[in-house]
Amino acid sequence: MSEGTLYDKVWDRHKVTTLPTGQDQLFIGLHLIHEVTSPQAFGMLRERDLEVAFPKLTHATVDHIVPTADQSRPYKEDAAEEMMAELEENVREAGIDFSDPTSGDQGIVHVIGPEQGLTQPGKTIVCGDSHTSTHGAFGALAFGIGTSQIRDVLATGTVAMEKQKVRKIEVNGELGEGVEAKDIILEIIRRLGTEGGVGYVYEYAGEAIENLGMEGRMSICNMSIEGGARAGYVNPDETTYEWLEETDYFQDNPEKFDELKPYWESIRSDEDAEYDDVVTIDANELEPVVTWGTTPGQGVGVTEPIPSPAELPEAKQDTARRAQEHMRVEPGETMEGYNIDVAFLGSCTNARLPDLRRAAEIIEGRQVDDDVRALVVPGSQRVQHTAEEEGLKDTFEEAGFEWRNAGCSMCLGMNEDQLEGDEASASSSNRNFVGRQGSKDGRTVLMNPQMVAAAAVTGEVTDVRELKEVTTA
Amino acid sequence: MTDTDEVEIPEVDSVSGSGIPIHGNDIDTDQIIPARFMKVVTFDGLGEFAFFDLRFDDDDNQKNHPMNEDRFQGSSVMVVNSNFGCGSSREHAPQALMRWGIDAIIGESFAEIFAGNCLALGIPTVTADSETIQELQAWVDENPDKEIDIDIEAEEVTYGDETIDVTVDEAQRKALVEGVWDTTALMKSNAGEVRKKAQELPYVDDAAIPEAE
Ligand code: SF4
Repeated sequence: MSEGTLYDKVWDRHKVTTLPTGQDQLFIGLHLIHEVTSPQAFGMLRERDLEVAFPKLTHATVDHIVPTADQSRPYKEDAAEEMMAELEENVREAGIDFSDPTSGDQGIVHVIGPEQGLTQPGKTIVCGDSHTSTHGAFGALAFGIGTSQIRDVLATGTVAMEKQKVRKIEVNGELGEGVEAKDIILEIIRRLGTEGGVGYVYEYAGEAIENLGMEGRMSICNMSIEGGARAGYVNPDETTYEWLEETDYFQDNPEKFDELKPYWESIRSDEDAEYDDVVTIDANELEPVVTWGTTPGQGVGVTEPIPSPAELPEAKQDTARRAQEHMRVEPGETMEGYNIDVAFLGSCTNARLPDLRRAAEIIEGRQVDDDVRALVVPGSQRVQHTAEEEGLKDTFEEAGFEWRNAGCSMCLGMNEDQLEGDEASASSSNRNFVGRQGSKDGRTVLMNPQMVAAAAVTGEVTDVRELKEVTTA
Repeated sequence: MTDTDEVEIPEVDSVSGSGIPIHGNDIDTDQIIPARFMKVVTFDGLGEFAFFDLRFDDDDNQKNHPMNEDRFQGSSVMVVNSNFGCGSSREHAPQALMRWGIDAIIGESFAEIFAGNCLALGIPTVTADSETIQELQAWVDENPDKEIDIDIEAEEVTYGDETIDVTVDEAQRKALVEGVWDTTALMKSNAGEVRKKAQELPYVDDAAIPEAE
């Protein structure tokens, strides 16, 4: 078993007791809720005549169903309006803070928590959403939970969990031009598999991780779950503290910063911490990664050939065959030149300011291909406003992108933004499952945001490094 | 304490029923219940949408899928392959399967959040190696009406003349067998210790800790 890691320390600090099941009862420092997975939990609470135990440690937003074009109320779609109304009612009754669309603070739950300083090192954070792992970028212990567990947290401020093993993933070296955090995590999942992380929490470390800004670290932690790990984290450091200092919470409570810093330092993994497993990755070797299949583990370097199912481990062959049929790709070829109908720049993986800035650099002075429908959906209203002030909106619109309001949008196609028929999308999101983007015949190619920009302007999967050469030549 | 003590939590020490095989690795929760059916504020009625896109084409005509076959109507033990339930944390997935009629799932492996969500509903997720599962799937295919018995406590599954060893995660086994899989009441009874824990944590503001009940 691991010892002296951030995971061990934060777990110990939050453990209330061991339950008769052998699971630990863990205190939850921050409970984030959204409209899709919380209403049933509030319903269960009502059935049992229970109240929310810690409303002040709970924070709500609306993201999955919120329309990103016309946001006037009532929403055009009845089901969306009903879900929103239900959430409004639930948070009002319980006295829970709500970053609603009129506040200017609304956005995808995994974008707004860090923005507002709710996400902090050494906290336990849960949300009824598997990408809660994102918050681990700050050295928090953050994981997704199901609706029955949401009920537990609402009613008791705790969850029942079993402790897991810790795998350290050390990423050494430096990332090359056009290669990003997203490529690191796609590479990790490709190597360790979509279930490689089951039973583990991932600690991301090494020079390449330390050199990333908070947004890059969030992109990596975000997709831990795609590798089967329910949580992933990075030890807090100066980069983390600089971000925290700028957030609302610490701007409003500056004395808290000095007060909490010793705690943050104390929960960092010890130099001589023990891990259950250690994996190393060389960042120098990476190139932009794109997926060729229908699981996030089916990735390949943009210039590398798509593997033949026969050369994969036996358990993966059947899935690979079906995926290649669905995607209509041929083993032996590269993904370069794969025709794209939609370019989606959004989601909790890659819709923060630096993501939009890097993509904007690529499209500056270029035009979206005539056959491509391209949209930018900022991760939050704050990202949106800052991007508008910086002129990014203009850059995108001049190039032919649609500029939308904040939400999950085409990441999962619960609002009107969906793929149609068998459209292929170049997507900065995290899941390429069949049907994920709203059409069961739709085809999703996951990639980093610069690569999405490149695909938008050329109409096909393109190695963004080539466009960069043209620009600098 | 509130009246949560009165909630009855049944013990689940065994499950019996006829089987239904669902083939394929990495079956994600987007397939088990597509997101568009999640625009609901209760779980009622999700059963008919389980595996919807694999069961119906664009014109709502039935496709080839075990859940559409007459011989598997009434089946309650699903037999699946590896990494079943990966992806989104939506509890809508096991809720949809449960409401379709599934009481237990036997498979090669399960995604963790999915298995946890199943447990919260009292649905065991038991595992066995790949070969064992494939044999069981083939048997179910031949014997769609015959019973499969899952003994949670003994970690055994019996079908036809066979009895096979299966694995049930330790915490899951205890929770099911002892009837403590509904954790709300259990954890609520530790409210005093929870408050104390909250007070000890440096980042929790005093104002965020409500007065004791
Ligand atoms: S952006 Fe996508 S992955 Fe992120 S919370 Fe929304 S739906 Fe989930």
